[in-house]
Amino acid sequence: MSWALVLEQTLNGLQYGVMLFLMAAGLTLVFGIMNLVNLAHGSLYMVGAYLAAAFAEWSGSFVLGVALALPATLLVGIAVEVIALRTLYERDHLDQVLATFGLILFFNELIAIVWGRAAIYTSVPPILGGHFRLLPGVPYPTYRAGIILVGVAVSVLLWCLVTRTRLGMRIRAGASNRTMVSALGVNVRLLYTLVFGLGAALAGLAGAMAGPIYAVQPGMGEAILIQVFVVIVIGGIGSIRGAMVGAIVVGMADTLGRAFLKPMLATVISPPAADKAGPALASMLIYLLMAAVLFFRPEGLFPARSRS
Amino acid sequence: MRTKTRAALVGLLAALVAFPAAAETVKIGFITTLSGPQGAIGEHMKNSVELALDHLGRKLGGLDVEVIYGDDQVKPDVGKQLADEMLKKHKVHFVSGVIWSNVMLAVAPTVTGAGTFMIGTNAGPHELAGKMCHEMFFTTSWQNDQTPEAMGKYMQDQNLTDVYAMAPNYAAGKDMIAGFKRYFKNKVVAEVYTQLGQQDYQAEISQLRAANPKAVFVFYPGGMGIQFLKQYAQAGLRGQIPLYSVYTVDEISLPAVKEAALGQFETRYWSPDLKNDANQKYVADFRKKYGKMPVFYGAQSYDGILLIDSAIRAVKGDLTNKKGMIAAMRRADYKSTRGPYSYNTNHFPIENFYLLKAVQSPDGDFAMQIQRTVFESHKDAYAAECPMKW
Repeated sequence: MSWALVLEQTLNGLQYGVMLFLMAAGLTLVFGIMNLVNLAHGSLYMVGAYLAAAFAEWSGSFVLGVALALPATLLVGIAVEVIALRTLYERDHLDQVLATFGLILFFNELIAIVWGRAAIYTSVPPILGGHFRLLPGVPYPTYRAGIILVGVAVSVLLWCLVTRTRLGMRIRAGASNRTMVSALGVNVRLLYTLVFGLGAALAGLAGAMAGPIYAVQPGMGEAILIQVFVVIVIGGIGSIRGAMVGAIVVGMADTLGRAFLKPMLATVISPPAADKAGPALASMLIYLLMAAVLFFRPEGLFPARSRS
Repeated sequence: MRTKTRAALVGLLAALVAFPAAAETVKIGFITTLSGPQGAIGEHMKNSVELALDHLGRKLGGLDVEVIYGDDQVKPDVGKQLADEMLKKHKVHFVSGVIWSNVMLAVAPTVTGAGTFMIGTNAGPHELAGKMCHEMFFTTSWQNDQTPEAMGKYMQDQNLTDVYAMAPNYAAGKDMIAGFKRYFKNKVVAEVYTQLGQQDYQAEISQLRAANPKAVFVFYPGGMGIQFLKQYAQAGLRGQIPLYSVYTVDEISLPAVKEAALGQFETRYWSPDLKNDANQKYVADFRKKYGKMPVFYGAQSYDGILLIDSAIRAVKGDLTNKKGMIAAMRRADYKSTRGPYSYNTNHFPIENFYLLKAVQSPDGDFAMQIQRTVFESHKDAYAAECPMKW
């Protein structure tokens, strides 16, 4: 196994991690601040992917499509919050799970009615569609490099928003102690709507960027949602920093596990046994990791401080 | 008044007894997947059943027909419940459809065990072709192994070597690679099994490139195929390492993949460009009615209705004559979209398999095109295990 390959796989892991982070950031904020279990977060990812594809076809430009899909998904998120979720904050988690599961079914059917059940085509501009030379003899897809850049840029922006602005201060305060924040005169209802819209927009961005590499079809959100829940459990619920670390850890563990676990096992046990055990173990790896984190640090790696 | 009604009723009954066929309705239960991402396949199958009924004037062998559709949600238990409901509540004469092998293994024994016909129109698990074969079971599709066998044969004929094989890590994935290796005897450098439903293949594609094989063989049905093809093309491997596949590119996924599939090789028993009258009519009318290209799942389902029609016609509408219908179906005496074919002793088709390639026509459409015949009248590998004799 050459170093170029290890480098390439590390980049793959980073790219997957960045994608997971965009999803996890919104989910962990909604969970941490609003105390809402939102299973429908994956639906917003799907809505983002479909809107980006539709806008791109309408405008003829992929970048414009993604740019338009962002505010559109934000509006969808706000509408969902105002219409459906507002009444659920005071209810217990089981009611929230039921209601947001209902939203998943609603969105999947709505998308199937509008766009049909078959996967739809999403284009990439030719500049991004190809690959560039990472090292001599190691080409890397340009589009994946683009995802890493966008993801890192968004993470930095989000970091500034959360640590450097008044809104960010309220978000952090909300994650620490909701009751006190409203007692201090902050319009919590508005804050909730904003946070949910922000989370929706981030999920929409992840979906829009996923369009050209994944199949854009109804139910695509559920496929990624499970990994995102693993990320926020590992990172600590309600913490952006935790979501960041968790996403990179899960992205790396999953990618490197799939790439190198089998050859590494083959040096310890017999190759036929490694052939059987390798793929099985690689697909379990992130869950084993989550179980270990839950055992040693039940609150996650970076829990939001003093949640009540 | 009452006597009059009674007299009328008696008269009606007499009429019924005198002309049993005239008033009888043949009932067909059609099980497929109509919800979720895989619902796209079920939609094609249902549309093809409706088209077949249109072509037959909404009558099967002269009888009125009623089709009850059921959505199995890709779950064997739901499929079995649907079959039970169709048998007991609707008292169907035929059950048809079924996309998934695991659903088929739950449905087929339930239906045939109740003495009702099961006409499969997609799944062909090896159990039903071998030890579990049944005289009430027919299929208009294929046995699962046949298609990868054809690809193995073609790649062996081309004398390709150093082949990298990939499939999802579940029963059908392993069967596909086993079927492939039954006819491909040159070197397979690696067999890689990925998670079922996996979205991202970049890690595996990087490993693949590092292994530098001469050719790649994959089985990635549904959304997995769309993802794999897009990522394979973006990694710059399209045009560098030739890609061969089964059940990965079809008329459902092609509009979603377009350029990323260009040059892709597949093997299959049917293609929209197959030149025979029945197929041309099916493809043209399907496109006219539903505005899209039909897919092999649909062609098989269309054939299923035609096969049932031929059976009822042969017994002149006497649905109690099951022996007669079995004998009729064994002759495959109808205009199939694949052209003429025959049935093996296990009621699986003996049929041709072709090599297909994804091409772009001058008007910009992407389509699968037949390149050559790989197998003529190919039999499945399990018929010898089937105890049925005829």
